[in-house]
Amino acid sequence: MTALLVQTLNGLAAASSLFLVAVGLSLIFGVTRIVNFAHGSFYMLGVYIAYSVATYFGNAFGFWGGVLAAGVAVALLGVIVEVAILRRIYAAPELLQLIATFALVLIIKDAALYIWGPEDLLGPRAPGFTGAVEIFGRPFPTYDLLLIVLGVAMLFALTTFIKRTRFGLLLRAATEDREMTDALGVNQKLLFTAVFALGCFLAGFGGALQLPREPATLNMDLNIIADVFVVVVIGGLGSLYGAFVAAVIISLVKAYCIGLGNVAMFGVEFEFSKLTLVAEFIVMALVLVFKPNGLFGRPFSHPRASEVIETPIGKPSNVQYATLLVGLMLAASLPLVFDEYTSVLATDVLIFALFAASLGLIIGTAGLGSFGHAAYFGLGAYGAALAAKAGFGFAPSLVCGVALSLTASIVFGWFCVRLSGTYMAMLTLAFAQIVWSIVFQWDAVTGGSNGIVGVWPPELFSDRDNFYWLALALCGAGVLFCWWIVYTPLGYALRASRDSQVKAHAIGLSVMRLQWAAFALAGALGGVAGAIYAFSKGSISPDVSAIPRSVDALVMVLLGGINTLLGPVVGAAVFTWLQDTLARSTEYWRAVLGAIILLLVMVFPKGIVGSIQSLTASMKKRSAA
Amino acid sequence: MSEPLLVVKKLNARLGAAQLLFDVSFEARAGEVLVLVGRNGAGKSTTLKAVMGLASISRKGLSGEITFAGQSIIGREAHEIARLGLGYVPEERRIFTDLTVAENLEVGRMPSRTNVSDAPRWSVERVCELFPKLAEMLDRPGGHMSGGEQQMLTIARTLMGNPRAILLDEPSEGLAPIVVERIAESIKALKREGLCVILSEQNMQFASAVADRAALIERGTMTASGTFAEISASMVSVG
Repeated sequence: MTALLVQTLNGLAAASSLFLVAVGLSLIFGVTRIVNFAHGSFYMLGVYIAYSVATYFGNAFGFWGGVLAAGVAVALLGVIVEVAILRRIYAAPELLQLIATFALVLIIKDAALYIWGPEDLLGPRAPGFTGAVEIFGRPFPTYDLLLIVLGVAMLFALTTFIKRTRFGLLLRAATEDREMTDALGVNQKLLFTAVFALGCFLAGFGGALQLPREPATLNMDLNIIADVFVVVVIGGLGSLYGAFVAAVIISLVKAYCIGLGNVAMFGVEFEFSKLTLVAEFIVMALVLVFKPNGLFGRPFSHPRASEVIETPIGKPSNVQYATLLVGLMLAASLPLVFDEYTSVLATDVLIFALFAASLGLIIGTAGLGSFGHAAYFGLGAYGAALAAKAGFGFAPSLVCGVALSLTASIVFGWFCVRLSGTYMAMLTLAFAQIVWSIVFQWDAVTGGSNGIVGVWPPELFSDRDNFYWLALALCGAGVLFCWWIVYTPLGYALRASRDSQVKAHAIGLSVMRLQWAAFALAGALGGVAGAIYAFSKGSISPDVSAIPRSVDALVMVLLGGINTLLGPVVGAAVFTWLQDTLARSTEYWRAVLGAIILLLVMVFPKGIVGSIQSLTASMKKRSAA
Repeated sequence: MSEPLLVVKKLNARLGAAQLLFDVSFEARAGEVLVLVGRNGAGKSTTLKAVMGLASISRKGLSGEITFAGQSIIGREAHEIARLGLGYVPEERRIFTDLTVAENLEVGRMPSRTNVSDAPRWSVERVCELFPKLAEMLDRPGGHMSGGEQQMLTIARTLMGNPRAILLDEPSEGLAPIVVERIAESIKALKREGLCVILSEQNMQFASAVADRAALIERGTMTASGTFAEISASMVSVG
């Protein structure tokens, strides 16, 4: 019993920082409708800045001053980011916004690497709060007690601020209807910047408070952002109380999991301490199923400056068929012309082309936002690798991988198609994180963070060129299948549902089932890519299903052009080549990649293929006129 | 005759490939009620939104001239236009449902505007004199009000910005006749204060009660303008 109470206190202490970061994200979303992926990066910067200030001064002033300075510095950085970048993408589709803020994650991570180096930095203890008090006969850190008090105090302070000040009033009004607030003479730009600065202050401040509890590391950004997404989705985007309640729920669930340790149930030993990640995402999935807008949330409208009307994808012409044939022949002759390294790189391109094309099926053809496509890639890879390790042959192992990702995409898809927009994107991300945390934490089966090594194809395909031809056959078939789907009745129905859900319903299409089918198909095809990937590399690690892998796929689709057939393939080729070149030439390739992504989103939102298409279309128009 | 306060000349609006407005022109003066009449989808609301610079119409798609109080306002942001003294009362009322009546009014209040000297000044007390019903429910959330009460609140909220002119989009829509009468009374009161009112309306009885002049909008273009009697007569003849 006392153990339970102590775990409760532990959980509450952890909830404070989480609440501060989550409420910042939530307030920003409420007004700007942007889900700021970089919010975890601002939190991370808060920890690092507090560390630097605290160690520079080395006294109580340094520590507490550092905590405050971290909040203020991050808020100022937020202002720069908002003015320079976000203002340009408020009217962009959600996925573009998420990807743009993810680009910031990459840039901030490399900036932190440059400034603070790769080592973990352990900060000082909080002056005046270094000891412990005895609670129920157990020592409990006084700093943790301070955090609990601070968390509640901040909830109170923020509530009062939002309830009682004119800024808070305008913030609430804009959260409900920002165009109307604009028409009443409230400067939206200033309001957005101010809200963003406030949210960033809370992230930096929340991060700085964590300094005595955990070292500053470069992985903090994505770790906390996954937690924060879970919190705001459970609490309801835009809700202050929701963020608090959900932060407490999630922190308690984690604390209890750790407290339970190993428990035998039904004759099976469960290591609950290793289920923390899985547990929080299961809570989130359950909440979303019963309360799709979170516990305290409401549905959000997404006002857009101008609705983009998609040009329908036409039937391919004979010229295009001929081009395809020539392209395939050129691809097949590649190993004959270039060296082995090119074959290896080209194999990667093929695998990611299929991965991106399968994602294109969901976000382009079906118009659904998926931010967790790596789940199916990872399951395909792990399914195939585990089967191979269990003694299955090459082909059966591939089938096992695909079967695993198909099963997962059927199950996850059932939940996902019940939501829409931002919530759906976040749920897909959550499922991908569940997959990631299972493979990461289930040492006994998946090898944990070490992954699985020694996954080799049969003799014939151990030759790099032969494997390339195999990949070309399999991935090529997969990509062609993705394209073919677009012209099947399923494809037409999906495109109809994307363009107008209401009209699709009215002509008798079961939109949800169609989307479910698309989701399952895309998952299986992503699994094919993953399974081939496992054999091409010979070893896999949990990275195959991590957030960056999902984002990679999105960037490929975006880079090529969302609503084009060729886009994902072109995007995969350019992206894979770019990443390979950058990674070999600079330590800070992430930042460069991030900058390229930002440039894309802001200047060429239609991608390579899309931009070329609009260019040729406008040239045709001009020559006709 | 005084200088026109709002001048719209050859206003065109497009959204993507579609053109919504074609060469719409009109003028309105202080102390005058101009009614835009026309069927559903004819372009009345679009005209008002375009004048107000609302994002949903996309300012980039606008061309022509819009001048308010001698300043060109085409392509400017809605809050800048609002601060010049042009108020907007939207079609769907768009009350902040989470905010109380008093808070809704506070959002509409413009704290430090000095450039509009001749506009009537409004306070919570004064808008409550115009709509006594609001005084009884200052602490009620906007979501817990009837349609008529919301309509009064949305007008009152816009008045809190001390406008010289207001754009009123279909204020009678979905309201009981008795409430419509009340709204008509308040529009006449605003006119007496010297406000310029541009009203989009389908309820001809209501329109006739308040209108000084009228303009007919059909298929995104202005087909006739004149006194209200002339316009309603031309509508009958067109059928």
